[in-house]
Amino acid sequence: MSYTPLEPHHHDHHHQNQVAATVLCCNCGVPMDGSTGLVMCYDCIKLTVDITEGIPREANVSFCRNCERFLQPPGQWIRAELESRELLALCLRRLRGLNKVRLIDATFIWTEPHSRRIKVKLTVQGEAMANTIIQQSFEVEYVVIAMQCPDCAKSYTVNTWKAAVQVRQKVAHKRTFLYLEQLILKHNAHVDTISIQESKDGLDFFYANKSHAVKMIDFLSSVTPIKNKKSEELISQDIHAGTAQYKFSYSVEIVPICRDDIVILPKKLAHSMGNISRVVLCSKISNTIQFLDYNTLQIADLSPSVYWKKPFPSLSDATQLVEFIVLDVEPTGQSRGKHMLADITVARASDMGVNDKEYYIRSHLGAILHPGDSAMGYYTVNANYNSDLFDEIDSNYIPDVVLVKKHYTRKSRKNRNWKLKRMAREHADIRANEDSRAAKQEQERAEKDYELFLQELEEDEELRQGINMYKDQPPQYYQEDQMDDEMDEDDDAPVVDIDELLDELDDMTLED
Amino acid sequence: MASRTQFENSNDVGVFAKLTNSYCVVAVGGSENFYSAFEAELGDVIPTIHTTIAGTRIVGRMTAGNRRGLLVPTQTTDQELMHLRNSLPDSVKIQRVEERLSALGNVICCNDYVALVHPDIERETEELIADVLGVEVFRQTIAGNVLTGSYCALSNQGGIVHPQTSIADQEELSSLLQVPLVAGTVNRGSSVVGAGLVVNDWLAVSGLDTTAPELSVIESIFRLQDAQPDAISGNLRDTLIETYS
Repeated sequence: MSYTPLEPHHHDHHHQNQVAATVLCCNCGVPMDGSTGLVMCYDCIKLTVDITEGIPREANVSFCRNCERFLQPPGQWIRAELESRELLALCLRRLRGLNKVRLIDATFIWTEPHSRRIKVKLTVQGEAMANTIIQQSFEVEYVVIAMQCPDCAKSYTVNTWKAAVQVRQKVAHKRTFLYLEQLILKHNAHVDTISIQESKDGLDFFYANKSHAVKMIDFLSSVTPIKNKKSEELISQDIHAGTAQYKFSYSVEIVPICRDDIVILPKKLAHSMGNISRVVLCSKISNTIQFLDYNTLQIADLSPSVYWKKPFPSLSDATQLVEFIVLDVEPTGQSRGKHMLADITVARASDMGVNDKEYYIRSHLGAILHPGDSAMGYYTVNANYNSDLFDEIDSNYIPDVVLVKKHYTRKSRKNRNWKLKRMAREHADIRANEDSRAAKQEQERAEKDYELFLQELEEDEELRQGINMYKDQPPQYYQEDQMDDEMDEDDDAPVVDIDELLDELDDMTLED
Repeated sequence: MASRTQFENSNDVGVFAKLTNSYCVVAVGGSENFYSAFEAELGDVIPTIHTTIAGTRIVGRMTAGNRRGLLVPTQTTDQELMHLRNSLPDSVKIQRVEERLSALGNVICCNDYVALVHPDIERETEELIADVLGVEVFRQTIAGNVLTGSYCALSNQGGIVHPQTSIADQEELSSLLQVPLVAGTVNRGSSVVGAGLVVNDWLAVSGLDTTAPELSVIESIFRLQDAQPDAISGNLRDTLIETYS
């Protein structure tokens, strides 16, 4: 404790220029200047007066170890760094009796964070006796009591959610969800989520608040073609107060048509969409579905509300793509955007050296395909589709081969200089045995989907724009590998430009 | 001699007692310790009178007096007046004063020769003071305070005034009073010396909180230290009394 004497108050109202009388300190008898109004010398004030009496020198602050927030009584938990203004304000508020004195200064004294002690040095002014204001400094030690805040306690308890959003897409692969995951991460749409659960054909998002779930649905409907249905379950009801507790479930279904799918449009719908050909490719998915007629480059958009009035499935999806070798390309000269119409002669890659079957087809990929390239496409000749819409169509209108995209052979597929953030999630169905064959197969399928998704990102710049990609250092042995391979790496597999990548952040360790 | 006592946990003994050279008035209902502080010293020399003034116990603040007389406010009841008359020595005159400032002890500070009074006191009162108490009356303030009786404790030997009284003021007052004055405190730094202390020519009684240095100032300025060698007290007087007039 230390005292700082202040400049004495001068009572200048009636005897400014008069010589002051000597008075004796009432405690020790030392002569003092009587005009100050002091009746005790500073040494005696120091010894006898303590204005900080009644201010405790020890106090407690509650701290949630999990979310690292401090309790601001009665019920608020606030995030505060050590030695921050917020923490100082919180500490001072915890101190009783501080309103009786005037607070001049408060600073932290550094303590080891693991000591769970916070030390604050306070300087206060207060009236010791009549006309005497003294300044005094002292230290207060706070004990940081670790506990669990109600929010964290809730998050560790099952079934505390108030609203759930069940997002489903009834397709065999997971590419849509992988893309959606990246979109959610980029827009931070998952901040209010209590937990994310993976289940069959989709994801479940759980929220503590109904409005958070509605926000999530708004986000989903802005980036994907969805329909949603709300249902509520009555948990409890107070008939006297007229209040009720509900749990809300939102069933969100994403249109089961993905990019690069081949689709047979219903006749009426094709007619209403600018009389587009009934056999189309899905070229883009945003909050609408975009179809491309590969014969004429005609493009048509379909809004999800129209789709859900009369839903139809895709004919075949990207997993059914077959590799073709381009033998000849004859551009027709017609082009639209990045697409260019061309007559292309292809042969199935598996047919090469076996038979001489060639297909002369029209494709929108005229700008990027060259003789000798390989391309992925649907091989409708020997496909056996189980579709009413397909059966309606005159087989003359069905092409033998529909090319979808150029195919790049990747020698060193793990050699990427970028990576993506992942979300942590739980699996709904707990597998009995992690080593079981089914589990392994599922794992493999998931990895394959993810790899396909990454390749898609590399190939499509437009797709990359919506998401965040981070710099990554490929493992050393891959780099060496790449040096050797560089000679025989004949294809021009697309790579992501380093300028598009973001620096890695520390909180990347979200991975499960 | 100087002694310390308290009245019902209050250190302001000057509020509950009035001490002069010929009588002592104390409030009723105090403890025996309080009364014995006076009676032990005054004993059979002068009477100690237990009374109320206007039904209150703040007798020290309501009355003013010296060896020759006692002034009581108009609110004093006839019974009280009769009791005082019966108890006081015959040589002491008692007089009711019709004064707006009825707390006479606060507005009048006197010894047997001089009185310092509140500047706004009525002319008739001033004359009464001069007649009954046989003193010269001066309208004065002490360190800017009009309540002379509260901020000054006076005997025929000396006086203590408010601690913030300047030297010039002290010089002026002591030339009027013809006794040495000192700025000081009682009751551990209380500046209301008139209320914290009662004094006559051989006895001073102050509050229980009064510290040793304060008590030694009281003893030396009022010349109460009969047992002490003169040299020491003389020195202390020299340091404290700024001027002899």
